[in-house]
Amino acid sequence: MNNTANISIKEVSKSYQDNIAALDQVSLEITAGELFGLIGPDGAGKTSLIRILATLLLPDEGVASLNGWDVRKDYRTIRSNIGYMPGRFSLYQDLSVEENLHFFATIFGTKVEENYDLIKDIYDQLAPFKKRRAGNLSGGMKQKLALCCALIHKPVVLLLDEPTTGVDPVSRKEFWDMLGRLKAKGITTLVSTPYMDEASLCDRVALIQKGRILDVGSPNEIIDKYKHPLLAVRTDDMYRLINDLRTFDFTHTVFPFGEYVHLSLIQTVWPEVIASYLLSKEHTGLDIQAVKPTIEDAFMELMI
Amino acid sequence: MEYAISANGLTKKFGAFTAVNAITFNVKKGEIFGFLGANGAGKTTAMRMLNGLSRPTAGEAQVAGYDVYRETERIKQHIGYMSQKFSLYEDLTPKENIHFYGGIYGGSLSFLKQKSKELITELGMEAYANTLVKNIPLGWKQKLSFSIAIMHQPAIVFLDEPTGGVDPITRRQFWEMIYKVANEGMTVFVTTHYMDEAEYCDRVSIMVDGRIEALDSPGNLKKQFKAETMNDVFLKLTRP
Amino acid sequence: MKQLGIFIKKEIYHILRDKRTLVILLGMPLALVLLFGFAITNEINNARIALVDLAQDELSQEISARLAASDYFTIEDQLPQVADIEPHFQKGKSKLVVVFPEQLQSNTRRGIPTSIQLIADATDPNTATTLINYAQAIIYSELQESTDNPKPPLHIQTEVKMLYNPRLKSVYMFVPGVMTVILMLVSAMMTSIAITREKELGTMEVLLVSPLRPPLIVIGKVIPYILLSLINTAVILMLGTFVFGMPVEGSLALLGLESLLFVVTSLGLGILISTRTESQQVAMLISLMALMLPTILLSGFIFPIESMPKLLQIISNIIPAKWFIIIIKNIMLKGTGFEFVWKETLILLGMMFLFIAASVRNFKIRLA
Repeated sequence: MNNTANISIKEVSKSYQDNIAALDQVSLEITAGELFGLIGPDGAGKTSLIRILATLLLPDEGVASLNGWDVRKDYRTIRSNIGYMPGRFSLYQDLSVEENLHFFATIFGTKVEENYDLIKDIYDQLAPFKKRRAGNLSGGMKQKLALCCALIHKPVVLLLDEPTTGVDPVSRKEFWDMLGRLKAKGITTLVSTPYMDEASLCDRVALIQKGRILDVGSPNEIIDKYKHPLLAVRTDDMYRLINDLRTFDFTHTVFPFGEYVHLSLIQTVWPEVIASYLLSKEHTGLDIQAVKPTIEDAFMELMI
Repeated sequence: MEYAISANGLTKKFGAFTAVNAITFNVKKGEIFGFLGANGAGKTTAMRMLNGLSRPTAGEAQVAGYDVYRETERIKQHIGYMSQKFSLYEDLTPKENIHFYGGIYGGSLSFLKQKSKELITELGMEAYANTLVKNIPLGWKQKLSFSIAIMHQPAIVFLDEPTGGVDPITRRQFWEMIYKVANEGMTVFVTTHYMDEAEYCDRVSIMVDGRIEALDSPGNLKKQFKAETMNDVFLKLTRP
Repeated sequence: MKQLGIFIKKEIYHILRDKRTLVILLGMPLALVLLFGFAITNEINNARIALVDLAQDELSQEISARLAASDYFTIEDQLPQVADIEPHFQKGKSKLVVVFPEQLQSNTRRGIPTSIQLIADATDPNTATTLINYAQAIIYSELQESTDNPKPPLHIQTEVKMLYNPRLKSVYMFVPGVMTVILMLVSAMMTSIAITREKELGTMEVLLVSPLRPPLIVIGKVIPYILLSLINTAVILMLGTFVFGMPVEGSLALLGLESLLFVVTSLGLGILISTRTESQQVAMLISLMALMLPTILLSGFIFPIESMPKLLQIISNIIPAKWFIIIIKNIMLKGTGFEFVWKETLILLGMMFLFIAASVRNFKIRLA
């Protein structure tokens, strides 16, 4: 059994007709058995990269391989041995859950029963709806079915393009739980997402923006690289707070962050100094606390 | 206190199915109000009633002081709407989009010319002024469509998942724009199922199966549900 | 083989579950044939006519009886005098009035030149001409039979002989025509839509990233539509034969094979369209504009090719439907065998291979 597939991407570039580079000299190594996250906003190049690995697009430059198979030459081998879930729901809406699964099993030359143990966890949740047309499933259910169909031939590599976009938080959580269990079965998984908070669920992540990889590493490694002192600040008047913090002498960046504003500093400053500065600007309801940076803070730091 | 939106027992039924089940809530003037719920929880239906696009089955509601049964045309004049997906015409330039939307609300040509120049300068997108919208980066598009949605100075602006999929910096620039208009007194009504968007709102309501199951500030909700994030609040509320 | 089997099964599910399209696909031939058969024909049945019989003799009676006996005419009224004709027309009671002159029989016998007057309401010139022609033919044949004189003394001197379609029935023209249009529509448009739909829904992406080979995808798409098209062929032929009395003189097997050839050619075109388009809407527009209109206008279905300008005549050669219409008309009406249509068959075969080769070449194994 070949469960040691690794993914290797070397200086891959891709641009479309409009000459805007979708991918610009991207290099990545993904180890066998890893749950790897490709994290970045829409238009960052995530889909292009996954499609190149899925042999659906040819890179303009560079080489990429899965398990040693080259994406250009060995595309047939790759196609038979990977599981791919495109960004939008791509199953037959007018076929039932059962029929979809059976169809994909057959075109991959296998039977549903053969690899049933691999999808059992997921399919059990779908089983009550197996006669229902795929088009009538909820968003979360659709994604589960798509995952089953992508897994049914026991692929060595799983490529998932934004599987949790547009899915509600509950289904999102369930989906990631499933990916965790698949990891235990040794399947190398590359998953792309625009949700920064999903980074912590991956072994390693690559942050991608405008076709370039900003950083690669485990979520903790990436966060550890964030060197600026970081504070969460809030007052009763958030809009004025943002503007006032921008003019503070030691400010590096100011970004709204939910109910707080994340203030990063160019050097360590006593919170009291900041407090008195804000009080001098007549702010009320002051709340200042030191916080640990998140992947999102790290991402923004890499962007500027 | 006068409310920008007040709903009392607002209900919408489709046959035997109750999409929105007697929701009651008030949105203060100048508030950023998050309207959350999973897909199919009834958010869209509720918002359509508030926009005057769908007639409620029962209950009452006032939007910008107008009745959702009798004064739907008035309501439409006093609200703005922006959805992440369908707000701008992709095959028009930003200028043309501004002219078109401004024209809908009856702006004169000279006013529109001046306004579009102003808006484009304000957004700092002079470089894109004559580029087709489809060729403009997503972040810019969103800022532009927000500016267009509030161009006619509505009392309330409805935003439908405004920042999904946008890069973190653009997203924050976008929220700053929202803070700014809210600060100036405009009411902002955000529907979303991205829980991290909810963290930015003054107060949020969470809809589950047609009912509002929670309504408070994100901070209080997190305390109430002993949760770290709004995402956890949502999970605790909706998971059986 | 198993893969092809499941693919075809899936395709059949798509067709069967899209009830609205299925009804259109199967109902369209029915509707079109009936429409052409009953409404849009330029043929006349039981047209109401009136007579002014000033002769009141044996010959005028016989001619009247013959007119009444034909399927074309029903005698609505007998008018006493010529002056009544105009008010009669104004009331719109009939389209044609036949006036028998006084002493018709005796003058004819004596060889004195005599005219029977045919007065038609020419507000609809086509109908008027047709009615006059029919009436002339009937009167002429009656005169020929009633007198021994081989040269009739009347001024009516037309002699028309219509081969293969002696009664000029337009049904003979439209059944092959409608069959061609329907087969083209179902085959080309439906396959091009079926393939672009998978592109639009994103399922093509998943199919590409599977061991399925492109020819298999194409064959799997095509087979259900071949079946559907053959069902339509049978329905149209049966309607033509049983409802409109259209003959099938030649071999039914040959007709079936030629139809199959045309269906596959059209499918090839459909696939070719789908390989170059990304959305169902565009595929449909191209099918309609680039296939349907030329098929209807340039195939000789409605307008005779011989009377077109030279340029259009040349262009008509690249329309597969033109050749198919020639073939099936030969088989159905003339009853000719393969030896008379091999040239046209060869042309269609050539087109088929061209389309299929082009489709396979154009079929993208990757996105964009």
